[in-house]
Amino acid sequence: MSHVFFGNIGIFHYLVLSGLLFTIGVCGIFLNRKNIITILMSIELILLSVNINFVAFSVKLGDLTGQVFAMFILTVAAAEAAIGLAILVIYFRNRGTIAVEDVNMMKG
Amino acid sequence: MAENIATLMFYIFSLVTLLSAGMVVSSKNPVHSVLFLILAFFNAAGLFVLLGAEYIAMTLVIVYVGAVAVLFLFVVMMLNVNFSEMREGFLKYLPLGGTVAVVIFAEFVVIFSSSLASKNLLAPTQNMVAASGEISNTQAIGAILYTNYAYPFQMAGIILLIAMIGAIVLTKRQRIGVRKQNIAAQLARTKASGVEIVSVKSGEGIK
Repeated sequence: MSHVFFGNIGIFHYLVLSGLLFTIGVCGIFLNRKNIITILMSIELILLSVNINFVAFSVKLGDLTGQVFAMFILTVAAAEAAIGLAILVIYFRNRGTIAVEDVNMMKG
Repeated sequence: MAENIATLMFYIFSLVTLLSAGMVVSSKNPVHSVLFLILAFFNAAGLFVLLGAEYIAMTLVIVYVGAVAVLFLFVVMMLNVNFSEMREGFLKYLPLGGTVAVVIFAEFVVIFSSSLASKNLLAPTQNMVAASGEISNTQAIGAILYTNYAYPFQMAGIILLIAMIGAIVLTKRQRIGVRKQNIAAQLARTKASGVEIVSVKSGEGIK
């Protein structure tokens, strides 16, 4: 399986790529404090970077477990997006806004 | 020659992935964000194909482009939100977000460089089904997914079921004042309750 790392592309390139993607995702959560939709998309980016890590190490080590777990991460990401957007829809229906800063209404 | 093309493709795919991820985060219009998210996932799928993980690549395209991105698009277009006022905090949080991003990436670089220095961390492990090259990636994943990982696979299905039920329960609402067909009430009508026979005397009419 080592033949798939062509030329001078190794595990390190994929790790740096996924690290950059993770950083962009975390940065997006901080920057878009008012927009839950973009925050959910940033979480998807973070999960994508985790998937890249899993698959790259799976190929590097010749162990398919990484790819199986990447599939489970896809499952959880899809479920999370569905539930998050459902909560977003009912929140918008009740409040008429999706600003995150107004969510502290239930604070005791 | 093939190696050079693969190296080039890696850089193209990863560059487009990173650029579109940056546009997802910084785009003004959430619809554009969703479209850039689709682009990022397509290019990540290309990276997975480059790695030889075709099954995950195709699953990524089907699940994300076919389901999640369409879900996001529906929600963005369904909610009539003023998106311009959502951008107000962007510059306010830029120093904090930038600092956190730089710190996290510096930590990543330290971890990568220190762990790659010790080669024994990257020694091959067992379960080398895909290495033989005789069976395809999908076949190899299926061979261990339905045997070694049967219970996690069932659990993933249950998670999806719970997510589906949860999304339906959360968004279902009983609307008051909507006229709907009530089949039970229709079928429960009898001749006695539905018809009234009145004998009208001439000249008096019905009261």
